[in-house]
Amino acid sequence: MALRKPPLREVHAERGAKFTEFGGWDMPVEFDGIRAEHEAVRSSAGLFDVSHMGEIKVSGPDATELTNRLTSNDVAALDPGDAQYAVITSDDGQIIDDTVVYLLPDGETYLFVPNAGNDDRMHERWTDHRDEWGLDAVVENATDEYAMFALQGPDALAVAAETTAASVADLARFTAASTEVAGVDCLVARSGYTGEDGVELLLSESDARRVWTALADVTDDGATVQPCGLGARDTLRIEAGFLLSGQDFDIESDPRTPFEAGIDFAVDLDTSFVGRDALAADDPEERLVGIQLTERGVPRHSYDIVSTENHVIGEVTSGTMSPTLDAPIGMGYLPTEYADPGTNVRVVVRGGQKSARVQQLPFYER
Amino acid sequence: MSFEIRDDCRYRESHEWAHPNGVVRVGLTDFAQDELGDVVFVELPQEGDALSRGEEFGVIESIKAVSDLYAPVSGEVVAVNERLFDEPELVNESPFEDGWMLEIEPTDADLDALLSPGEYRDQTE
Repeated sequence: MALRKPPLREVHAERGAKFTEFGGWDMPVEFDGIRAEHEAVRSSAGLFDVSHMGEIKVSGPDATELTNRLTSNDVAALDPGDAQYAVITSDDGQIIDDTVVYLLPDGETYLFVPNAGNDDRMHERWTDHRDEWGLDAVVENATDEYAMFALQGPDALAVAAETTAASVADLARFTAASTEVAGVDCLVARSGYTGEDGVELLLSESDARRVWTALADVTDDGATVQPCGLGARDTLRIEAGFLLSGQDFDIESDPRTPFEAGIDFAVDLDTSFVGRDALAADDPEERLVGIQLTERGVPRHSYDIVSTENHVIGEVTSGTMSPTLDAPIGMGYLPTEYADPGTNVRVVVRGGQKSARVQQLPFYER
Repeated sequence: MSFEIRDDCRYRESHEWAHPNGVVRVGLTDFAQDELGDVVFVELPQEGDALSRGEEFGVIESIKAVSDLYAPVSGEVVAVNERLFDEPELVNESPFEDGWMLEIEPTDADLDALLSPGEYRDQTE
């Protein structure tokens, strides 16, 4: 199957980006090196093209009920412009996807952002349940109409302020406003996936070049904003302890509940949603933990985690060499008796066991 | 992008270079280090280990990938670049000089079986 392309695929190629397949998309993985991009986001500002993320719009009289019954949090509590992190769960409470739901500033339309490659499946899930429940709502998969960028880092708001009509510094965390960036209508949200302050922009794909160029050109103390690829996005989010769909949970190969994954804050059991009853009875026997190797080596997805008694007790779900900590870090699910920070474990790297310790997530917090 | 390919080396398709100078010095090419990106870990054999041509002698890891390393010639490992254990980034910064990996006392110094600089260049273009 042909890979889907972000609107600026060729602009990034001209800039010298390397590409990788991710979620069925041909995305930039690095522009100038993962470490340099990672450090730019931690110390100044980086700009990511995340147009592989999906956009599903839900409107109509029953949009609130439909979305509330399919997401774990309470979208009825959203004011216009608010954003909310939630998971979409199966009947038995396992995470199918995680998402951010926006109530757009018009107060009438929900827009939620499924992970790359999950947009068709989520669109179908919403329309199937709408029909099954006899609800009146319009569900539109708008993924191909949108570009999405993330401007992240301690200088991100200052950079955004130079190109944005409304004041972004006044935006509270996890709220969004409709405004112009470089003269283009955008939804600007104070959110991100890096552990840094910053904004995420949703805009028409036809305006993508104008906004990207304006942001990438803005200088802060003479420095150009660093374009960043998915490689740095991954190392940044692992340090910040954020989950990656398909890696830290996967409804087919490694189903997990939100309580196992440590995202209890995304679940409101006072709402009635698919999976709610299973979660109300859930008493997780495993939990997502951080793991730091105390020997040289790099923990990677699917490597075994073993106890000091040499029993396999889990697997690494995500791992990397942390550029900020200069240490090998990872995440994985362990039985609760091994989940306390400081517990000694081992990670099997190519047949050899490396000493490691359970760590509290996140590894990095600004 | 153009990458450095040294005329005084021979090459494996798997991107190791071999520089004959009494012993055979071995490293990873400029092209390969760029493909891997930021190198964070290198695992190498010990002095005295015997290697056969084409045998896996170590592992190199960047932030995004893991790759095996293969011996371009047969022989005994007579030197290992231990600097790479603490400074694996030398493979990125100086693939033909400070980033060298091994020296092998060859038992079979037939470097003609390896790619010439021109042949390796063709492979990378």
